[in-house]
Formats: sequence, structure tokens, C-alpha cells
Amino acid sequence: MKCSEFLQELTNYLDGVLDDNTKVELENHLSWCHNCYVVCDTTKKTIEIYRDSQLYELPEDLRSRLRSAIMTKCQQHKKRGPQSV
Amino acid sequence: MSAIENKLAGPVSEELTLVQAAKRGDDSAFEELVRRYDRNVFRIAQHITQNREDAEDVVQEAFLKAYGNLAQFQEQSKFYTWLVRIAVNEALMKLRRRKPERTVSLDEDIKTEDDSLPREIADWSPNPEQLYSQSELGEILSKTIQGLPPGFRTVFVLRDVEGLSTEETAAALELSVPAVKSRLLRARLQLRERLGRFFQKRESGDGKQ
Repeated sequence: MKCSEFLQELTNYLDGVLDDNTKVELENHLSWCHNCYVVCDTTKKTIEIYRDSQLYELPEDLRSRLRSAIMTKCQQHKKRGPQSV
Repeated sequence: MSAIENKLAGPVSEELTLVQAAKRGDDSAFEELVRRYDRNVFRIAQHITQNREDAEDVVQEAFLKAYGNLAQFQEQSKFYTWLVRIAVNEALMKLRRRKPERTVSLDEDIKTEDDSLPREIADWSPNPEQLYSQSELGEILSKTIQGLPPGFRTVFVLRDVEGLSTEETAAALELSVPAVKSRLLRARLQLRERLGRFFQKRESGDGKQ
């Protein structure tokens, strides 16, 4: 497997959807190609850091404010009929 | 090995029960759907719009549209995927309004094939997130993802932050599965490259890493 082929398969590899043969080839490539190993490892960390981050959490007070605004508008919509959205 | 975990709570069958009750006019069931997905919709909206007020508007508008169009929801897909599609469209509309000089589309051309090829290979510190305080890290992650084109960051946030499957992401964005995979790869590689500036191993005194 060449480095360019590794890159093509990287997303499938990280998502765990590679077929067995390609996975073996890819892992063999990673065992001797340090650059691709680093790219693979740091891409995985990138995903984990974003996934585990508390980025853009909805604060509870804003959350209940939004929810009650949504439900009030839904009830107004119900009263007015289906043309109002 | 899977780097992805689903951030959604509750099984699909419960979701369907709530949707059917809401369709029959049970507003408390709809409110439960709001409770279930409001955080997800807010996160997606803020990732796309990069603006807190716009994200708040998107949450309200997306749920209101879902409520108004519930009768048209066919129940062949998950309600959440359908809701995400509505929310993404609302969020993109906000972006277009704010940046009318720029075309904002999920179909925008990907500039060049080599755009996201790794140039910087240096390894990262073992625990990069510990190099910064929580708030510094949040700022770094937020600024870094802002630099991606909307079409890339939308795919990344749905797949890697919210944990939708490739097929669900394709359905929510009305893209093909290969288009989702290609954008996801580029998004991941571009984010990796940009985060490298903050997370790279520091050179030690003897010149070796």
C-alpha cells in the first residue's frame, strides 16, 4: 500500500468499516511508515478531541427558555391552523 | 476500531412512539422530542452558523417547522435525521443572510484535490488537550473549525461530533455517500493540520523530539 492509498482508506479505517484484507494492508503500511502512522494517530485524536469537547453546550436556563418559546409558538400555530408555519 | 460514538439518548422505537403521539396532537410528546434533541440541534446550528443568536433562532425555527410539518413526516427515516435536515437548512439560510457576498452551499466546489493533503507531519503531545485550560481549548477548537468551509464543517459535526452514520448524514444533507466520505476525510485532515499548530510536541533541548 502506498501513502496515497492509505489516505484514501483512512476515513473507512477510523470508522471501522474496512474489509479485513485492506485493514491488514493498511496496518502493515502503518507499521513501517512513520508519517502515515502520525497522520492516522493525530487524525483520530482530532476526532476524539472534538467529540469529547463541551463545545457549544446549551446552558440549562437558555434551554428552558427556548423550549417554552417553542411550545408557546407551537400552540399558537395550532390555534391559527396549519398555514402559519 | 471506531472513533465514533452516538450522542443520542433513547432507542428509536421510543422516538417513534413520541412522534406518533405528537402527530395525534399530544403536545407533551412533542415537548419530549424537543427535550431529547434540543442540545444536538443547538450544537449543530452553532457549528454551522458560528453565531450564538443565530443558533438560538435555528433551534426555535427548526422545531417549529418540524411541528408544523409533522403530518408530512413519513416515518421511513428517523425523526432525528429529518429534524437535522430541517435544522441544517435553517442554519445555512442564516449564513447566507449574514454573508450574502459569499455563496454558501453544501455543494460548493472543493478547491483542489491537494487541499487537505498532509503537509505537517510532526507528532503531537501525548495529551494535547491538557496543554490548555478548558476555555483556551474551547477557543482553539471553535476557531479551528470556523476556518473550514461550511460544507466540510457540517459533515464533520454530523458524523464526528453528533455521531450520525454516513448514511444518515448523507440523508440529512441530501448528499451521496461518497460525497459525505470525501468531505469527511478532507474535514478531518484539515482540522488535524490546523490543530497541529497548537498541539505539536515541543522540541526538547537536544534537538530531538
